[in-house]
Amino acid sequence: MELFTNQILAGISTGAIYACLALAVVMIYQAIDHLNFAQGEMAMFSTFISWQLMQWGLPYWVAFVLTIAFSFAGGIAIERVLFKPLAKAPILTNVAGFIALYSIINSSAGLIWDFTIKQYPTPFGSAPFLGSQLISTHQAGMIGVTLLLLLALYFFFQYTRVGLAMRAAASLPESARLVGINTSWMIALGWGMAAAIGAIAGILIAPVVFLEPNMMLGTLIYGFAAAVLGGLTSPFGAVVGGFLVGIFENLAGTYIPYAGNELKLPIALALIVSILVVKPAGLFGRHIVKRV
Amino acid sequence: MSAVEDVATQAAAVEAVPKRAMTLGTGTSLVVLTLLLVVPLFVKNFIIFQMTMLLIYGVAVLALNILTGGSGQFSLGQSAFYAIGAYTSAILMEQYDVNYALTLPVAGLVCFGAGFLFGQPALRLSGVYLALATFALATAMPQLLKLGYFEKWTGGVQGLVVTKPDAPFGLHMSQDVWLYYFTLVITVAIYVFSVNLLRSRSGRAFMAIRDNEIAASAMGVNVALYKTLAFGVSAGITGVAGGLGAIAVQFVAPDSYTIQFAIALFLGMVVGGVGWLPGSFIGSAFIIFVPNIAENISKGLSGAVFGVLLFLVIFLLPHGARQIAIVGQQLLARLRR
Repeated sequence: MELFTNQILAGISTGAIYACLALAVVMIYQAIDHLNFAQGEMAMFSTFISWQLMQWGLPYWVAFVLTIAFSFAGGIAIERVLFKPLAKAPILTNVAGFIALYSIINSSAGLIWDFTIKQYPTPFGSAPFLGSQLISTHQAGMIGVTLLLLLALYFFFQYTRVGLAMRAAASLPESARLVGINTSWMIALGWGMAAAIGAIAGILIAPVVFLEPNMMLGTLIYGFAAAVLGGLTSPFGAVVGGFLVGIFENLAGTYIPYAGNELKLPIALALIVSILVVKPAGLFGRHIVKRV
Repeated sequence: MSAVEDVATQAAAVEAVPKRAMTLGTGTSLVVLTLLLVVPLFVKNFIIFQMTMLLIYGVAVLALNILTGGSGQFSLGQSAFYAIGAYTSAILMEQYDVNYALTLPVAGLVCFGAGFLFGQPALRLSGVYLALATFALATAMPQLLKLGYFEKWTGGVQGLVVTKPDAPFGLHMSQDVWLYYFTLVITVAIYVFSVNLLRSRSGRAFMAIRDNEIAASAMGVNVALYKTLAFGVSAGITGVAGGLGAIAVQFVAPDSYTIQFAIALFLGMVVGGVGWLPGSFIGSAFIIFVPNIAENISKGLSGAVFGVLLFLVIFLLPHGARQIAIVGQQLLARLRR
């Protein structure tokens, strides 16, 4: 039983990361109806920037804030320059664009910082949390930050004018434009926020998986799984999905023979495919009806 | 929230390409074929090897082109089917001593089965979701191949070494030249098969689904059957390419079939022109030679170069090499007048 609770707690803490990344994926999906395959790589790049800033001697939290500001601006810039012209293009063209972005970021991170694995500091320390052996302070910190982020997003979308405008632009672009919302900039804003959330996810997970250009591949797949489980149209669902997927991964790793780290990605694949088959809209997503 | 139903008119998944624009004219095809037959007589072995790889990747890109350009479904998971084909051939040749030529149809059949099965869940998915599921398939494949449980057959992380076949019937040919012509025959056969497939009743059904799924089903096209069929055929052809690839490279290992390879194949299709079958081979030349050039400039640069070129193609040549071919044709027609 102790093993079981232990694994659930560990699952919740890794789930926090998946939740962050899923949140970023859902943000962009809401804004433009496309999945961003480069989301993980964007997060990885941001993490490298924060690492570089710390190498230059800046304290952790200064680097943290600067990185998030940079990622926000970077996300907006990518949307304005590369993806705004593709807004009306076929889905294939957009997928190709994301794939291109993926390989550009991955390869340039390798060029700038090379492929060796780097240590990444944590501000929370790694002592046992509140004297409990089950969970470290860093893991507790990750969960805390994710929940704070979710709360902040909730207030942003429910109680601010910009948040309302973003929701309007996402759900009914035509009508939103008619009431004077600049929908094009709302999309850019969505990209910026997604990049910033991704950066937070990257910075939080880097002490666990270590810093290297391919650190996000596994996490991204689980982030996708989380987003799909929660429903691609629901930020709240993404967070719930993230925690559930984290717990599932840990339990599967413990109780299914052969399914250690070796099977990490196949498990995510099985998860994604079975969710999409059984409940394509996810737990909290809306059902979309197509017309001719 | 789930009670709310949105009605969305989706953007087209893939641009519609008319059937006639999918292939080359007879004259041009014959010229290309003659070139492919004659050139190997005059070049060095290494170049012949590269031409073999060009044909093999070309077949793999062609398979993706049938799926995407023909039936309008995405796949970022072609590397997985390629890997299954390669491993099927390698295991049959090395563990069970089957003749290399006989392993190819088996690889094709196994992959057809795998693709048809994967097509079942993929049926429910369209556009982005399908891209996502196949993306996950491609990232998961190397780990599946490394599994200790299958190590008896797959050789685990180390992979398998494959022996290169000699020219049969006492022909005086080096192994590379023989393999090239062997590959060429299979490539031509697959190409002719694909062209005819797209011109057939099934091909028309694929295209109807690509252009409008709901309208297609209203006209009596069995959407589920043809979508899975397209997946199966595409995977099967990719599997044959994978088997050929294993024989040509003489080696299979899990890490040769990563998501990067799937991306390269996807890139080859976009560069060659989605839905233009001959473009597959132009795209394949692109994915073979560009990384070499990029690696010469700086190591690890090929990914960035790929990405930048892909963006250039998207923005400047949305129809890929087909666009250049069309412009060329128009120029020729003007000159003749």
